[in-house]
Amino acid sequence: MKLTRRTVHLILATSATALMTSSASAIDATPSAVLDTYADIALAGYEDSLVTAEALDAAINALVANPSEATLSAAKAAWIASRAPYQQTEVYRFGNAIVDDWEGRVNAWPLDEGLLDYVDASYGVESDENDLFTANIIANERLMINGAEVIAASITPDFLSGTLHEAGEVEANVATGYHAIEFLLWGQDLNGTGPGAGNRPYTDFDTTNCTGGNCERRAEFLVALSDLLITDLEEMVGNWEDDGAARATLMGDESAGLTAILTGMGSLSYGELAGERMKLGLLLNDPEEEHDCFADNTHNSHYFDQIGIRNVYSGTYRRIDGSVVSGPSLADLVAAADPALDAEVAGKLDATVTAMAIMRARAESIEAYDQMIGEGNDEGNAVVQAAIDGLIDQTRSIERVVALLNLDAIEFEGSDSLDNPTAVFQ
Amino acid sequence: MEKRVSKRLIGAGAISTCLVALTAFSVSASGIFGAEQGPLPHRDDLTLQDRVRVAEVLAPPEDYGVAQVFEAMAGGAATFTGTPDGNAFSRFSQNLSFEEQSDFHIGDSLFTKLWVSSPSSTQASDGLGPLYNARACQSCHLKDGRGHPPVDIHDSAISMFLRLSVPPRTEAEFAALENRELLRIPEPTYGGQFQDLAVPGLQAEGRMVIEYTEEDVVLADGEVVSLRRPTYSVADLGYGPMDPEVMLSPRIAPPMIGLGLIEAIHPGDILANADPEDADGNGISGRPSWVMSDATGELALGRFGWKASNPTVRQQSAGAFSGDIGISTPDASNAYGDCTENQPDCFTMASGVQERLGDTEAPDPVLDLVTFYSSNLAVPMRRDVEEATVLQGKELFHDAGCASCHTPSYVTSRHAESEAHQFQLIWPYSDFLLHDMGEGLADNRPVGDASGTEWKTPPLWGVGLTETVNGHTQFLHDGRARSLLEAILWHGGEAQNARDTVVAMATDDRDALIRFLESL
Repeated sequence: MKLTRRTVHLILATSATALMTSSASAIDATPSAVLDTYADIALAGYEDSLVTAEALDAAINALVANPSEATLSAAKAAWIASRAPYQQTEVYRFGNAIVDDWEGRVNAWPLDEGLLDYVDASYGVESDENDLFTANIIANERLMINGAEVIAASITPDFLSGTLHEAGEVEANVATGYHAIEFLLWGQDLNGTGPGAGNRPYTDFDTTNCTGGNCERRAEFLVALSDLLITDLEEMVGNWEDDGAARATLMGDESAGLTAILTGMGSLSYGELAGERMKLGLLLNDPEEEHDCFADNTHNSHYFDQIGIRNVYSGTYRRIDGSVVSGPSLADLVAAADPALDAEVAGKLDATVTAMAIMRARAESIEAYDQMIGEGNDEGNAVVQAAIDGLIDQTRSIERVVALLNLDAIEFEGSDSLDNPTAVFQ
Repeated sequence: MEKRVSKRLIGAGAISTCLVALTAFSVSASGIFGAEQGPLPHRDDLTLQDRVRVAEVLAPPEDYGVAQVFEAMAGGAATFTGTPDGNAFSRFSQNLSFEEQSDFHIGDSLFTKLWVSSPSSTQASDGLGPLYNARACQSCHLKDGRGHPPVDIHDSAISMFLRLSVPPRTEAEFAALENRELLRIPEPTYGGQFQDLAVPGLQAEGRMVIEYTEEDVVLADGEVVSLRRPTYSVADLGYGPMDPEVMLSPRIAPPMIGLGLIEAIHPGDILANADPEDADGNGISGRPSWVMSDATGELALGRFGWKASNPTVRQQSAGAFSGDIGISTPDASNAYGDCTENQPDCFTMASGVQERLGDTEAPDPVLDLVTFYSSNLAVPMRRDVEEATVLQGKELFHDAGCASCHTPSYVTSRHAESEAHQFQLIWPYSDFLLHDMGEGLADNRPVGDASGTEWKTPPLWGVGLTETVNGHTQFLHDGRARSLLEAILWHGGEAQNARDTVVAMATDDRDALIRFLESL
């Protein structure tokens, strides 16, 4: 979408005339003010992600210092809590290149589990063997990775980011971030479409009564992953501060900034969430074709993605401490130009939140997300499909917002030029 | 080194004979349709009225002063008409239904999906390797565009790899080539492709080494262009020495746009341009590549790949899944990909097959969706078609004989499988035939009908957006050319005359020719 200077003026003029009927917040809904709110919500979201990651880090240190059922449970609870604010920031990934370039370090999926730690070689239901695969970095100081020998005397954040998960390389092994931590806390989910998440014993971190072998290196790995996550989140918080690079890029071009908001909403709704993360899992009936697979937390991760989409439209974010960040919003801009379309978008976003909430409630009371997408589970499939339908439906309205704000297309349609360069042979 | 299988297939020979008859009704003889049957008699999908219309719209331009009608819409109704940016090759065909767009997006997510090594909890996402060149389709098809050679010694060779083969030496091998069971004999240890990556615990096959020597070419106007001539070798071999007769052929990943439209071209339209014995004496032969179709078990016209070794997008995709990523599909069901019996360790690695999900690592509908995606990447609309310099360049393109192989346009078959691909006027600038391109470009590695000096004419649509999409201007099968002009200067063999014409051009003319190419 290209928004010209004239478009902005048009919106401003329209919002001025709409003042008498519109809510008071529309007074301040200039594109620049809308972008400010958007950036403020990003900052708050990444700050909350950092705070919860620090709590996770403390819980991980406690687990490693004193492995027990209680310290492992506390670390798992801290991990789940850390996902809620982070997933609400995913809507920033599409449209903001600086976020997208960084995202692979913290949230990449699927994971090379077998590269990190032992995995069950029985692999599926056919074999009754239960050998543990051991070509992994926790069990081996020297290992062939990508076909070349890698030496890891000790596992440090530098080793993880520099060697194992080569920054910027398309071909990086997925070995860092939330899901690597998740795998080390939960272990593999070997329950297929049956109930239950991963079930790693706390003794996997107990150097005196070690299970799974190499407990010291496993603990070292987990601590390094957690440290690296904090460093990465600190970097992204910095990017959204007043002089941060992401904020500067966003504010540097108002029309591109508004495009970024809508691109994020549309791309996350449609291609990423409805398509890749949800429809694909239903099509393949793969119990682990989900997002937070080891922890069985996928219902939350999808739900908070959708909350994040609604946040950036409504210009409102409820922080983990209960306080609210809000300001002039995209909704105000749309309402000023086309109140009916604003109502439509808001209604559809709410409807999807409801569909996601139903899915979330089902996951917490009846069956986990991976069971819902199982083959032959018509009722579970339908619950997921309803959320997908909501996402697709809201995308159509988001496209209408793009069209509403896109003066170029309107001009083109209204052109009296007789030439039609896009005509085709029929 | 080259040992070409010279005996012709009976089927192919018969078809070549019919061609002589077909070419009598060549579309270039626009308006003079002597026979009662009218133009394009091979177009069994069209009414006589349609055939007349199609022949007219495909006729070469009469007036180079103006753009041809529909010329800008290079992919017909599927053309992406938005402002071309870095995602210009990643848009869906614009005539897809909303439901088809959804399939496109799901296919896209599979195309970009990083496959992981087995075993893992993500049972539908594992099965990588054991030997592989890349972990995702998108890793080579960067931005759905063109790959490139490694920038320097530190750069990975992800979007480029070496194909391997040896000459046939046993009767069984000669027979397999003859009946098209095989298009080439794999190297006994390293297989048909050199994989420089492997899953954890397994040795990679080694690494590709490229050395360039610069050679100056002096153009008529005095400008000196330096061409870099590559030599390829392998190092750090993980499984012992290669066969002494091994033949190496480097390949970069070609752009993904318009592939479904290419598949929708009526085979008769391609065969009509074939002139295997150069009957018209213009120095250009053009031979079809006949390959075995996995779908039908019969010979079919090869259209995809640098040597036209695959007849369909689906077959090309299944081959890439297997050879490049090491993922098996219903169409290429060996979970061990390119492991050979001389690499026993390779077979001790876990495969990603899950009986519950199907008997391959990527069971249906994965290949269906990736094929759908790969068939529906839109061709971007041309820019500046009316600009005087572009039009001048276009005339020079035709005058120099470039269009003899880079056939501008087709109208796709009404019987194409997908409605979005049916009866579209498209402008790929290729005849999809094999041509001897001379010793300079030769890889000296025959594949099926393609000799060691022959290559399929690659389509030119989108070529002007290479820098926009991929940030480089490196062309030809191994990316040796660093500009469009260098690419032209590498042309030899059947294209020698066209190349020489460009060398002899006045500076302005040459610049106009390049401007035209950049507008594609």
